[in-house]
Amino acid sequence: MYADRTLKNPFREARLFFGRIVFAMLVVALLLGVVVWRYYQLQVVRHQDFVTQAENNRVHVRAIPPPRGLIFDRNGVLLADNRTGFTLSIVVERAQDQRQLLADLDQLLNLTDEEVERFEKLLKRRHPYEPVPLRYNLSEEEQGVIAVNEYRLDGAEIAAELIRYYPQKEHMAHVVGYVGRINEQETETLDRKRYSGTHMVGKTGLERFYEDQLLGNPGYEYVETNARGRVMRVLEKIDPQRGEDLYLYLDNRLQEIAFAALGEEKGAVVAIETDTGGVLALASAPGFDPNLFVTGISHENYRLLTTSPDRPLFDRALRGQYPPGSTVKPIFGLAALDSGIIPENYKIYDPGFFQLENREHKYRDWKKGGHGSRVGLYDAIVQSCDTFFYTVGVRMGVDRLSHYGALFGLGQKTGIDLPAEATGIMPSREWKRGAYGIAWYPGDTVNTSIGQGFMLATPLQLAVAAARLGTRGQVRPPRVVRAAGEELYHEVAPDAVLDIAPRHWTPVLEAMRGVVHDGRGTARQAGVGMAYEMGGKTGTAQVVGIKQDEKYDASKLAKLQLDHALFIAFAPVENPRIAVGIIVENGEHGSSTAAPVARQIIDAYFAYYPRAGGDVATR
Amino acid sequence: MPILHTIRAQGVTLQHDDFVRHMKEHGPGVYGERRHWLGKKIDYLLLLLLLMLMGVGLAVLYSASGRTLAVLERQLVYMLIGLGVMVVVAQVPVRLLERWAILPYLAGVGLLVAVLLVGDGAKGARRWLDLGIVRFQPSEILKIAVPLMVASFLGRQLLPPRLGQVVLAVLLAVVPAALVIAQPDLGTALLVAASGFFALFLAGLGKRYIVGVVLAALVAAPVFWSYVLHNYQKQRILTLLDPQSDKLGAGWNIIQSTTAIGSGGIHGKGWFAGTQSQLDFLPESHTDFIIAVLAEEFGLIGVMLLLLLYVLIVSRGVIISLRAQSMFGRLLAGSITLTFFVYVFVNMGMVSGLLPVVGVPLPLVSYGGTAIVTLMLGFGMLMAISTEKKRLV
Repeated sequence: MYADRTLKNPFREARLFFGRIVFAMLVVALLLGVVVWRYYQLQVVRHQDFVTQAENNRVHVRAIPPPRGLIFDRNGVLLADNRTGFTLSIVVERAQDQRQLLADLDQLLNLTDEEVERFEKLLKRRHPYEPVPLRYNLSEEEQGVIAVNEYRLDGAEIAAELIRYYPQKEHMAHVVGYVGRINEQETETLDRKRYSGTHMVGKTGLERFYEDQLLGNPGYEYVETNARGRVMRVLEKIDPQRGEDLYLYLDNRLQEIAFAALGEEKGAVVAIETDTGGVLALASAPGFDPNLFVTGISHENYRLLTTSPDRPLFDRALRGQYPPGSTVKPIFGLAALDSGIIPENYKIYDPGFFQLENREHKYRDWKKGGHGSRVGLYDAIVQSCDTFFYTVGVRMGVDRLSHYGALFGLGQKTGIDLPAEATGIMPSREWKRGAYGIAWYPGDTVNTSIGQGFMLATPLQLAVAAARLGTRGQVRPPRVVRAAGEELYHEVAPDAVLDIAPRHWTPVLEAMRGVVHDGRGTARQAGVGMAYEMGGKTGTAQVVGIKQDEKYDASKLAKLQLDHALFIAFAPVENPRIAVGIIVENGEHGSSTAAPVARQIIDAYFAYYPRAGGDVATR
Repeated sequence: MPILHTIRAQGVTLQHDDFVRHMKEHGPGVYGERRHWLGKKIDYLLLLLLLMLMGVGLAVLYSASGRTLAVLERQLVYMLIGLGVMVVVAQVPVRLLERWAILPYLAGVGLLVAVLLVGDGAKGARRWLDLGIVRFQPSEILKIAVPLMVASFLGRQLLPPRLGQVVLAVLLAVVPAALVIAQPDLGTALLVAASGFFALFLAGLGKRYIVGVVLAALVAAPVFWSYVLHNYQKQRILTLLDPQSDKLGAGWNIIQSTTAIGSGGIHGKGWFAGTQSQLDFLPESHTDFIIAVLAEEFGLIGVMLLLLLYVLIVSRGVIISLRAQSMFGRLLAGSITLTFFVYVFVNMGMVSGLLPVVGVPLPLVSYGGTAIVTLMLGFGMLMAISTEKKRLV
């Protein structure tokens, strides 16, 4: 057999290989036979057994959705709750005749057009054998009616499920947000395993930002069902792991006071606890009832919300971008001192307008005739003198303005633990070239120096800037959530302290005190009878441009064209504990409409929390 | 005056009659002259069969994934990548494959060692290597690299192999397999080892050795059972023997998959109409257990048609191996083809309760990128061998 081992013999090798392949093919044929026999056994010989097994009495794994974590305010007031509700759903595959079934159910329960419309919408994107909800929160009577008629309602089933409920309704709509049914797009991106059995996902606000913590992990149960798919008994159960509860810095009472203070006005109130960055109130008025969205909002209701001129769905506190107006003056005053452009005792003469060198255009002061001669930094902030800041702003130049604006968080996201906050705009040369493709003009600097022109800020940014001013430059990101589950956030140390010489803060903060407490301060009325000292700054943001030599006349303008009123504040002036940013849309003057709102919030805060520290409710 | 043809690629001049005869016998391209890049280096019959199989796979996957388009799209992308890899590999000259077989082998073994050291675990097993953009299982590479290496080694020897050569060939197959077992992934390890043994067997391994291997396996089995197998693996084998013993645990998969297959009957319940598959009774319905979905929804007829496709692909592979121009080509084509068949057999066997559940996907039907690309790499080599230029002498 091994006759010739010295030479490679291709023919012999080929023959050898051929023999082996033939043998291998015989084995392959044998194995194929085994497979065919096996499938024949299963699918033909024992077919009936398996049909019975598949049809009847089957064991099914069902996911048990975890209860979603609850949300509490800092004193344990419930902001988002789970309520047990009974939901009537239809499994189309089990219904004999879907049309007839709907007709029968209509006769028994009087289905509304909305319910049928929503049902049909969900029907289009269901998975096979997925129960499609028809009516939520069935009453006991309705459950009884269904139970009695069960024999002719194949495919209809009632299941108890937890339905999210927001007891504070419109007061917390924007902060807490809401959950809604998982839509098609989300189906693609969400982890199927974690969401098995869960139909809801956080859509906005905290519900969305903390989705991961709130969700929990599903449990499973092995259940035996009959041929109609009804559960006969539970064989084994692995409990779901409930989502983590959220405990907020927010105080529901302050939130309510914010809404009450705004009254019928549109606007936003943001209050921040300076020691922690914790958000005490985050109100955007008008609000809306988030409960509408939980079980699927009807067309009509949605249309009402989206077409209302008051734009209730719009979160003004986080997403509303307004010209910050004179509220930026303390920042730019501080910038002028710190960059050494002006000495502390610098004074100007204010004729009531400002002109760039060799230009005709008059940039006017809000006060006709001006604030007189020898206006210094203190008076310029207390009385909100525009001419002073025009002069100082132009001397500083846009680069310094935008540098210091950025230090106070303007034009940057604050990093709050909520989705989709707006960035605002702190204009600079590069920004303008990027946005408009043209160079920066000196006139732009003039506008920027009083917070007008391109500049935009959100109420949240204003509150953050106020906190940084009041605490002499301590940088803390605003936080809504204090604790999730067992984990406590106690990040109270500032992330950073702004690099500004300590002696420059004092004159600016003193001037902000004067805004409220000086006899000439723009917010002096808000300060009457105040038991503590508040530092603040009023602001007015133009909604319509005013032409040269034309006077702003409120009586001629419709309400929607009135100026926006702004106010930033912190209190007490020494070691402040609370800072606020407020905007009242079309409120005309910060002094008359926005400052009183701040007063009410801060009064309430000191009444509820008289001592510094130890003021966080324990669980 | 006779007409002469100068064949530049081979530097010869032929009489017109011989030229015509060659053309008739072997077809155009007989002289291995430079062809258009996609011209002939594709085995169109094999390509057609593979495309049909992929089509069937996508149809079943669509149903098995609960009509999720995203899964379908991703699978389609994997298939396109696989086809691309196949076309590229098909252009590689067989001699290059033979000469450089050691490179993928060493790379594969090196990556396996890397996985043991730094790999990503999933369900208590370390199999994945994360390369930033892609995560893949290096053990997949060895499914191709081992037969390539063994075939390349044996192709240079005088055959049938003698003891020293047998020992070396066995080591070439067993060392990577042992590394895969350590991951631990027993199913893949056995397949890797088997693909090496196929090459050895086809090379004319003596009958004494074959008997020896079988005996050794019998002796090793109890040792394996006590020292190598993990509890979950033992459980799978025990479960196979008596699925009813653990209805909700390890027996669940087999009970549900056999119920799905059996209730499908001859004609099946229809596309998307399989209650077992659609109601989530069936575990892993879009990966390893996808054949149960096909069996339930398309019945025995569907299973047989799929099996026919597999048989045709295997037959084509065998024909390619018989026509190969070198021993290396024969061994490689033969072992790739046999390994492919073993995947089909093991998968269909395990889902129908004939074999223990070892994670082997159904080739080109189960969802999963690495498996598809590896398989297509193998088919690329088959095509390279199939279109290798014929030697005239």
